[in-house]
Amino acid sequence: MRTSTLIKVATQSILKNKMRTMLTMLGIIIGVGAVIVMVAVGQGARSSIRDQINNLGTNMIVIMPGSSQQGGVSQGAGAFNTLTVKDAEKLANEHPGLAAVSPVVVTRGQVVASGRNWRTTVNGVDTGYQTIRDWGVTSGDFFGEDDVRAMRKVAVIGATVAENLFAGEDPLGQRFQIRGVPFDVVGVLAKKGQTATGTDQDDVIVVPYTTAQTRLSGFARIPQILASTHTPAEIPAAQEEIRILMRESHRLHNGDPDDFTVRNQTELAEAAESSTRVMTMLLAAIASISLLVGGIGIMNIMLVSVTERTREIGIRLAIGARGSDVLTQFLVESIVMSLLGGLVGLAFGIGGAQLLGHITGWSTAISPLIVAIALGFSAAVGIFFGFYPARKAAALNPIEALRYE
Amino acid sequence: MTEAVIRIESLAKTYRSGRNEVHALRGVSLEVGRGELIAIMGSSGSGKSTLMNLLGCLDTPTGGSYQLDGVRVDGLSRNQLADLRNQKIGFVFQGFNLLARTTALDNVELPLLYDRSGRQGDTKALALRALERVGLGDRVDHQPSELSGGQQQRVAIARALVTEPALILADEPTGNLDSRTSLEVMALFQELNEQGITVLLVTHEPDIAQYTKRIVEVRDGRLRRDHPVATRNAANDLAALELEGDEFDEPYSTDVQIADHREAS
Repeated sequence: MRTSTLIKVATQSILKNKMRTMLTMLGIIIGVGAVIVMVAVGQGARSSIRDQINNLGTNMIVIMPGSSQQGGVSQGAGAFNTLTVKDAEKLANEHPGLAAVSPVVVTRGQVVASGRNWRTTVNGVDTGYQTIRDWGVTSGDFFGEDDVRAMRKVAVIGATVAENLFAGEDPLGQRFQIRGVPFDVVGVLAKKGQTATGTDQDDVIVVPYTTAQTRLSGFARIPQILASTHTPAEIPAAQEEIRILMRESHRLHNGDPDDFTVRNQTELAEAAESSTRVMTMLLAAIASISLLVGGIGIMNIMLVSVTERTREIGIRLAIGARGSDVLTQFLVESIVMSLLGGLVGLAFGIGGAQLLGHITGWSTAISPLIVAIALGFSAAVGIFFGFYPARKAAALNPIEALRYE
Repeated sequence: MTEAVIRIESLAKTYRSGRNEVHALRGVSLEVGRGELIAIMGSSGSGKSTLMNLLGCLDTPTGGSYQLDGVRVDGLSRNQLADLRNQKIGFVFQGFNLLARTTALDNVELPLLYDRSGRQGDTKALALRALERVGLGDRVDHQPSELSGGQQQRVAIARALVTEPALILADEPTGNLDSRTSLEVMALFQELNEQGITVLLVTHEPDIAQYTKRIVEVRDGRLRRDHPVATRNAANDLAALELEGDEFDEPYSTDVQIADHREAS
């Protein structure tokens, strides 16, 4: 039988039982639709994370404490604060290629101003921080190098802090206290919004790191040293030089493992993405279970159909259909059904993803690859679950099939 | 009888179920020439269904040999049998066996779609011509449920004709029809036979068999009688039935169906 005839015959017999076909296809529709939505949301989440990390700064390199060893026992990444302000100073002094370097001395504390108080993060940084994070001020100025050198008690505050401490008033020139130490507001940072994980980046106070160390120490730790290069092309070389300088600074012998890690923005993005990738795959795997269930539904209906149409099969065999003709007919029927379900599911999936993106504000992305995979998968489901019933039909004895009531 | 369409020699079929052996056919020899109109008769259990299945290449014998239109049938594979059925045999069944919810034209076209010899051209046109031959040229787009029993059987005959087979094999073709329609169908078989088509009928009704030219009786798996018949003309009987109604010289004296027919008319 010609392929076109086969497809016509299969479509006809599918259409003879519209309700049943619809219900059977529903399994595939839901399966494919769910896979498409899940993957679209996952891909959207990944691309938005990438965007946000690119937003962190320009040509940024991050040095973080790495794993350290205590008497041969690995303590795991970040177990100890191996970074010091001296490391940052050494990088700034001995690496002329870097555009800016800044340690980030982090502490949390209660801040008080004329009867109001607020708990927030205080970052002790160098002047380069502004360049690295590409973070301007809306009023006032960032503190200067002499402020850092003289350990002046000046602060640049984030928009959220300004709102909560000075509600409505102009914070510039106001005095407030961090853990009892008085600071003067010299600038207000531009609004940056939330990170991908929902942290408010504007809920922060930035002070000179020298001041933070001398006045606010005790609870301070240095979770990272930030640096940046002039152009993206310089990043790999700069990373390597930083590694060498850091090893010198930490007096590591040849063969000792690094007790820090140097990452650039792209690597950070990839690290963040890999977690969402795992999440996406997990969601898609769960969604594909419904595709499997849909396939079992097809097999069930095809088995019923073979039994119901035993007489038809007998007729076809009697007038000269080979077993392979009957097999192909039933196989094409189940493939047409699952592929049709796949197409409808695809339409629903794309629509659903856009609707979800519209409602939640998440960005969703549908790649041609996932469309191809979804359709290929639904066709494969049709072949896989249609084969057994089709083979059963093909193996029927024509005499018995004709006698079947 | 110049060439034989069917030539079987000591054909045997034994069914085995567990330890039991059932000898359905115990060695049957028969020759059917081209252009014959022959009836195989026998009561149920006589082996005529088994013989019919073997002649129709639906089953394989356990002994003996079978030549259909010059082709040795015994020992062929399942696929070869399917091709042989497609090209050499046209089936007509008691229950019509048309595909439901499929038009008459598509039903008749079906055997051509399974043709692997590639000899057929425009399958739709051939199917239409076959339907015209059985007088249903105006019913091509009707589905079986929209046709009477006689019309359905004529569609089935058209389906059997469409491949120009060497043999039309009709298994109780009038079993589900009333007497008038039975006559119509027999008249059609006689007409086709006039055109040179070989028709083999399997039936247990003597009244139907008398419209053939030769009757072969099967009993207990063996051929008992093989004799020529003084053929009745079905078309004449049909005309007489329509003219005279109740006074018609009734060939169905024992048939219940004709009594129903009388009450209705």
